[in-house]
Amino acid sequence: MLNFNQIKTILSKKVVGIAGAGGLGSNCAASLVRSGLGKLIIADFDVVSQPNLNRQFYFHDQIGMNKTDALRDNLLRINPMCLLQIHNTRVTEENISLLFSVCDLVIEAFDDAAQKQMLIEYMLTNHPNIPLIAASGMAGCGNLEQISLIQSGNLIICGDGSSEVSYDNPPMAPKVGIVSNMQADVALQILLSQNENENNTK
Amino acid sequence: MRMKITLNNRQEEFNSETLTISQIMEIKSFHFKMLVVRLNDTLIKREEYSSAQVKDGDDLKIIHLVSGG
Repeated sequence: MLNFNQIKTILSKKVVGIAGAGGLGSNCAASLVRSGLGKLIIADFDVVSQPNLNRQFYFHDQIGMNKTDALRDNLLRINPMCLLQIHNTRVTEENISLLFSVCDLVIEAFDDAAQKQMLIEYMLTNHPNIPLIAASGMAGCGNLEQISLIQSGNLIICGDGSSEVSYDNPPMAPKVGIVSNMQADVALQILLSQNENENNTK
Repeated sequence: MRMKITLNNRQEEFNSETLTISQIMEIKSFHFKMLVVRLNDTLIKREEYSSAQVKDGDDLKIIHLVSGG
């Protein structure tokens, strides 16, 4: 067992990539920074809009800002010492390696299922040694008992695996917050155990 | 001949010695548009679904990806 100072010391040397700064990415980033993570690499092309405020870690006076700029401001208010590398760009197969190959772990935090699949397939094929924590299924409210973790090697998927966001089943703060924080929790667990393994082999 | 596999963390039995991933998706009525398939922790791409063989004891994950985030 580690105390919080030990946890922070280990996490301060870790680098996590977050692909997407919407409901999943912005909330996951906040939890990781609060936990003492050393460096985040965050990529998103979108702008903060009013409908985002029902679940994303942004504020009313940030509407119209690039999400990456707004998120940097918010994260630095939690910890002015954390290192943030932000990329106001769309994540594609052409830039995934440039963005995330130095990371100890990557969080898939896209909205669109096709984008999720693209990142997962690319990472498993080209960076199979970097743990990837993805999310699928967090629309609406209720049915929390459906939420689970599926692990296959270095890929972990959080969510209920079925509730798709639509006009009648919108994403809402509680469940998006739960799943994004599951991603953050799994990330901590993996990052802290990476350290144990390194110590064991020394 | 029957085979027992682990499908999405659950034990499943099929009335066949071996099945392709496409056949298992058909039997289970998985008609997902976006998904990730891992057979014994190896990524199986869409074009391999009809050829990749699943056999007794295998660990298969067919994970549905839905939009939202």
